[in-house]
Amino acid sequence: MINGIRRIGSRGIDTIWRGGAMARFFWLVLLNSGMSFRRLHLTVREIYFAGVMSLVIIMVSGLFVGMVLGLQGFETLQNYGAEETMGVLVALSLVRELGPVVTALLFASRAGSAITAEIGLMKATEQLKAMDMMAIDPIARVVAPRFWAGVISMPILAALFSAMGIFGGYIVAVAVVGIDPGVFWANMQSAVDFRYDVWNGIIKSIAFGIAVSIIATFEGFDADPTAEGVARATTRTVVTSALTVLAINLILTAFMIRGL
Amino acid sequence: MDRKTIDLWVGIFLMLGFGALLFLALKVGNLGSERTGDVYTVEARFENIGGLKLKAPVKSAGVLVGRVTDIRLDADKFQAVATLSLDKRFGFPKDTGASILTSGLLGEVYIGLEAGGDDKKLAQGDRITITQSAVVLERLIGQFMFNKAAEGPDKK
Repeated sequence: MINGIRRIGSRGIDTIWRGGAMARFFWLVLLNSGMSFRRLHLTVREIYFAGVMSLVIIMVSGLFVGMVLGLQGFETLQNYGAEETMGVLVALSLVRELGPVVTALLFASRAGSAITAEIGLMKATEQLKAMDMMAIDPIARVVAPRFWAGVISMPILAALFSAMGIFGGYIVAVAVVGIDPGVFWANMQSAVDFRYDVWNGIIKSIAFGIAVSIIATFEGFDADPTAEGVARATTRTVVTSALTVLAINLILTAFMIRGL
Repeated sequence: MDRKTIDLWVGIFLMLGFGALLFLALKVGNLGSERTGDVYTVEARFENIGGLKLKAPVKSAGVLVGRVTDIRLDADKFQAVATLSLDKRFGFPKDTGASILTSGLLGEVYIGLEAGGDDKKLAQGDRITITQSAVVLERLIGQFMFNKAAEGPDKK
């Protein structure tokens, strides 16, 4: 029993330590970011592997989520005779919440785990140490481009997710339910405010991008240099990213919600 | 994967993303339609503003002409003072009436302007003198019941 409490204590201290190490790592990445923009091809390559390769999963998921939102909303909206506000429901849900959050979760699972595995493997095969010995800062050469690629890709992917979702909702509304397209768009445009909804969604996706990228790169950099260590680091990336994204989402939404 | 192909795909990715952002801003949101052009502000006092909120629309003949940009309470006269920002393209006569209306049965609350017949137009900082407060549902019901009770004994 005492041992159990001891374990909880040591896990807690470990988590706080990791949080502090991640903060220092974040600061180091920011300091060493010059190379990512001076030698832009490094970052561009990472944007390809993190962003472009995630395009398919993000856009298809967005389409499906939008269509499901349309279908699910239809039944409840019908009770109040408000089917024509389906566009409003789909657009607001996606742009404010689902776009940034689901994209961040998918991005963490796909690109985040790939980044962690790549950096972890470099650590396990001692490539990072070799770079250190050649006076090349591994953080500047390996970590920072991947970080900035994640931060740049996330808002773009979130916007694409939301756009595909709205398109999916449009398909459900017009083709399946039979709402007039003009009414669909008119209601949506009058309910979605750029500054309050779209811009807040963009801010959220940038915050999530920073969080997921720094967690992915840190876990890779800090992984145990064994095969098992890399596997554990990849799992930790996905789990920690998911929890952090949802926590940040709660905090940001609490600040952004109008009328409180 | 050589550099040229990577650059091409990243370029396409960035253009797609920017296009999606533009789509969200203009087609989904209301960035294009709300002209934040020149406005002039006028004041209107009401006994009760009901559910009027900030950024509520100001409409004349059903067309959007401005927004409510400030609501405060006059602590001396205990009246609600609403500041309306009206588009400079539309000039209203000095005896315009402002009423607080609801679009639909449970819709949003807005201010409706009815133009009067004065030659002089409202200028920056003027006050709309003819106002009609919001209809408070409880008062309406109370009034109805009072009227019903009043004519009850007469009918018998």
